[in-house]
Amino acid sequence: MAYRFDPSLRYATSHEWARMEDDVVVVGISDTAQDLLSDVVFVELPDIGEEVSAGDAVAVVESVKAAEDVNAPVSGVIIEINVELQDTPELVNDDPYGSWFFKIKPSSSVKSEMARLLSADDYAAHVEENE
Amino acid sequence: MQRTRLYESHVELGGRMVPFAGWELPVQYPTGPLAEHHAVRTAAGLFDIDHMGQFTLTGPDADAFLQAVQVYDIGQMQTWDAHYSLLCYEDGTIIDDIFLYRLPEGWMIAVNADNRAKDLLWLRSHSHGYRIELTDISDETYMLALQGPQAETILQRLTDTHLAQVPARTGLRTTVNGVEMLLGRTGYTGEDGFELYLPAPAAVACWDALLAAGKADGLLPCGLAARDSLRFEACMPLYGHEIDAQTNPFEARQGWTVSLDKPDFVGRDALLKAKLEENRKILVGFEMIDRAVARDHYEIAVDGQIVGHVTTGMKSPTLDKFVGLGYVLPIYQKIGTEIDILVRGTAKKAKIVRRPFYKPRYKE
Repeated sequence: MAYRFDPSLRYATSHEWARMEDDVVVVGISDTAQDLLSDVVFVELPDIGEEVSAGDAVAVVESVKAAEDVNAPVSGVIIEINVELQDTPELVNDDPYGSWFFKIKPSSSVKSEMARLLSADDYAAHVEENE
Repeated sequence: MQRTRLYESHVELGGRMVPFAGWELPVQYPTGPLAEHHAVRTAAGLFDIDHMGQFTLTGPDADAFLQAVQVYDIGQMQTWDAHYSLLCYEDGTIIDDIFLYRLPEGWMIAVNADNRAKDLLWLRSHSHGYRIELTDISDETYMLALQGPQAETILQRLTDTHLAQVPARTGLRTTVNGVEMLLGRTGYTGEDGFELYLPAPAAVACWDALLAAGKADGLLPCGLAARDSLRFEACMPLYGHEIDAQTNPFEARQGWTVSLDKPDFVGRDALLKAKLEENRKILVGFEMIDRAVARDHYEIAVDGQIVGHVTTGMKSPTLDKFVGLGYVLPIYQKIGTEIDILVRGTAKKAKIVRRPFYKPRYKE
């Protein structure tokens, strides 16, 4: 299976991607994750204002087959959620790197937390190892 | 882990292989479970269900034995009739759900993959004194299911038998793609269709011929995920979910299979009692009011008290609604009753609705 990896993103081993946009971290799930899940039918998003720590399960993505947690890759406060996914969760399958779940206003530890995430190449290697 | 003879074919088609009941089977193909589901509702789907077990039962006492070990009155069945039934323990709980085919020489019994060894052992333990021959033919018999409104048209291209004259819930012996086999107008999807019981060595050729014959009609190979969502919408029970050894047929709303007026059979006393007394629990259908997916084993609550659990839940692809099946205390079974589904610790509102979610469309 040829998964797509975006070299401009950082990845968690639990299959989330994170991107710094100005001083905000945008989070979604990888192409690998959406493919493993198959048809996504439901997305549960966190509340705006929720304080989260890196690794916390803050959202849920459910497919025909399974429910999986979406973890916060960095610590901070949820400042925006993608409500479009509530009505059209299939966007996650169609465009996993365009379909963000939530945005985090990160804490001061963001630099080290982002550095701890994987590069696209390292994540691709991780996916291949676990296939 | 066992592999079916179609393992290589599934991998070639891009099937995602997963373990299921001791077998490696495709859970889906690249089209995805939703497309496969819709194909069966609107055109046709082809399923490898070789993991299922088959027994033959013959001998002078075959009918008497079969009457004694399962709940349905087979006296109502003519040669070539097929019927759904249950094996029950003495206490009325369910060993397995099965499909019976009355053949000229005896019976064919189709059973669940997971229960094959258990069923055979149990049947044998009740055979003392009966002149019967009970044979597990699962290894040499291959089972495929062709399901959907276009199934008849597609299969007709591979057989000389006039399929329009074959009613639902009957079988026949015929030649498909040059191979003699038992064909049942039966299935587990809520659609018209056929189940094919063929000699195992012919499996790959038959699978390929069916896929080719149906390509222009929108036939898709279908995996386990679509098989589950299709049977779920039609509210057909799945062993280990809606039915098990803690449940009797009346609780599972399968009382229609139980012929209490036939002569004695294993479980009859307990089932008679179960029918007359109030159920301990009852299977209901529900629809989510709040946004959430109810999944099996989630608890069901009313006013903060646990009153049952979910057995299967998902977004129904045909209805485009979040629905589920589950057991509740009988006082909560009324249509419209509001219940809570405990989803990851949070109560999500749902209400009891009529079953089935999808009304089966058979050719009677």
